[in-house]
Amino acid sequence: MSFVKKCLVPRLIQYFLVTFLGLTTAFFLPRFLPLDPVEQRIAQYQAFGVYIPPEQLEEIMNTLRQLYGLQGTLWEQYGIFWRRLFMGDFGPSLARYPTPVIQLIVQSIPWTIGLLLLTTLFAWVVAILMGGVAGYFRNRWTEILDGIVMVMRPIPYYIMALLCLIVFAYIFPIFPLSGGVGIGREVSFGFDTIVSIVKHGALPALTLLVVGIAWQFQSMKLIVQGVRSESYVWYARAGGVRERKIIFHYVIRNAMLPMITQLGLQLGTIFSGALVTEMVFAYPGVGWILYDAVMKGDYNLIMGIMCISVVAVTTSILFLDLVYPIFDPRVRYR
Amino acid sequence: MRKARGLFYDLFRDHRFAVAIVVLLSLLFLALLSFFSPYHPQRMYQVARGCPPSWEHILGTSWLGQDVFWQLTFAVRNSLIVAFVTSAISRVIALFVGMGAGYRGGTPDRVLMTIGDTTMVLPLLVVLVVISTILREWLRYLSNLGLLLAFFSWAWDARVIRSQILSLREREFTFVAVLSGMRTMRLVWKQYLPHILPIALTTFINNMSWAIGMEITLAYLGLGIDPTVPTIGTMLQAAIYRQALFLGLWWWLLTPIVAAILLFIALYWLSVSVSEYLDPRARFQRVGLGR
Repeated sequence: MSFVKKCLVPRLIQYFLVTFLGLTTAFFLPRFLPLDPVEQRIAQYQAFGVYIPPEQLEEIMNTLRQLYGLQGTLWEQYGIFWRRLFMGDFGPSLARYPTPVIQLIVQSIPWTIGLLLLTTLFAWVVAILMGGVAGYFRNRWTEILDGIVMVMRPIPYYIMALLCLIVFAYIFPIFPLSGGVGIGREVSFGFDTIVSIVKHGALPALTLLVVGIAWQFQSMKLIVQGVRSESYVWYARAGGVRERKIIFHYVIRNAMLPMITQLGLQLGTIFSGALVTEMVFAYPGVGWILYDAVMKGDYNLIMGIMCISVVAVTTSILFLDLVYPIFDPRVRYR
Repeated sequence: MRKARGLFYDLFRDHRFAVAIVVLLSLLFLALLSFFSPYHPQRMYQVARGCPPSWEHILGTSWLGQDVFWQLTFAVRNSLIVAFVTSAISRVIALFVGMGAGYRGGTPDRVLMTIGDTTMVLPLLVVLVVISTILREWLRYLSNLGLLLAFFSWAWDARVIRSQILSLREREFTFVAVLSGMRTMRLVWKQYLPHILPIALTTFINNMSWAIGMEITLAYLGLGIDPTVPTIGTMLQAAIYRQALFLGLWWWLLTPIVAAILLFIALYWLSVSVSEYLDPRARFQRVGLGR
């Protein structure tokens, strides 16, 4: 009972408050964009050579506003936004009317999740193992590894992606320059398609892996260096426990705890997509349609993606806080 | 005097610090050279375009008829200005918020931390892209971009400072100071600030490299600073946009990339060695755990 009152309730209140503020920002922010989707649509018609008589222009604009759900004051729209949100409806996309936003997101999210989930998990596991071993042992190999990481770690992702693109797609054309599958290929479950997807995904995945591993390797190494001087490690060694068992069962297990928090935060950010990765490699994921939406003033689509991302991040933080005692028996709810 | 010499001796024994200082000083020298540039940074077609590196143009010339070397001096200067403005302002916000929230506690603490948490759960890059589209005109100036970046980078450091203050508040010297009638402001500035400054210093450097990276990313997306003003980001963007690689002008593309990599590595090594020197236990914060 005291657990619910002292721990769960304040934590849940904080969760709902932060989510609420985040979603509110996601609603208002796109509406300050200097682009008016209604005017954009009319400019698009006129670009196709459609003549709109001035007396009808007002009427068309009103109709479009109604269709887009942009009539009424900002506060009325805000009310409608919440009502719709509970039904999982973000309204129609404005730039690609009348396709619903949710459908666009559903189309592109498999690409993003496929790429980011695999690389995030793989980088995490590799970094933990490498960091654990490099932090525990000290010899020439780990020194070299450490030196490489010291150089790789500070380079920002975008520069790294650009370098990889230049080296592996331009100087040595091993991988294709852009896209998710070969041009004009139907997405199906054939062997060729899968080969094509892997080939197109390899370079973005490689860059994400290099950056992810370098970054987490160092965190892990530092924590392990702290853990290995703990007295229980000395005790285990004095008691003749095998080195391998000490590393994998005692040292890495304990050092992993902060890394679990880290992983949870990263998994939450997957849903907003890797904007830069997808832009550099022209990968058809969430980040790609998001950038397109910002440029076209597609309020609903920006809002939809931001909402999903905010909820994913806050929920994964909450989830982690609640399940953390399973990984770390020392933490108890007081 | 002897103390200062001992300090530098200790720091320079760390080869990372020595390398970082040399690289940073030479980049700073490059930035200062920009004041003696024979060319205007924003004008095009001042020299023959697309020349490879030669004695006359050390790093060649671009397709836009600009001397790459002199362009680089402006770029380094402007990028450093953005980074410096961002770090200075966000450090001031983080110090005030962290110290205020930590010492006062109660409602101000909760309000400030909720605002901070909200800026942390928003997808940062997306928000920055949207805001820089909204404020396109306003962001064309270097200092305004710095201001915007500063607003999104104080939250985490404020949290670290706050937790530090929370632990200091329970120490005995605080009780002594309060009981002997020291005023709150004076207590915070005289007693707490020295404990906080090392954190502020290392996060200052990290924040600088974050700001430079963000500037490059925004420039790549075609946002941020006026694209004709040379920064490392806009230089890179210009070279990519005009297909420097396919034109065979590798020196145009490679110059900003190499400069950026040198700058990032130097800043990182500086922050690593300084924080290790100041406090070996601060290493966890440096690697950005939990961010």
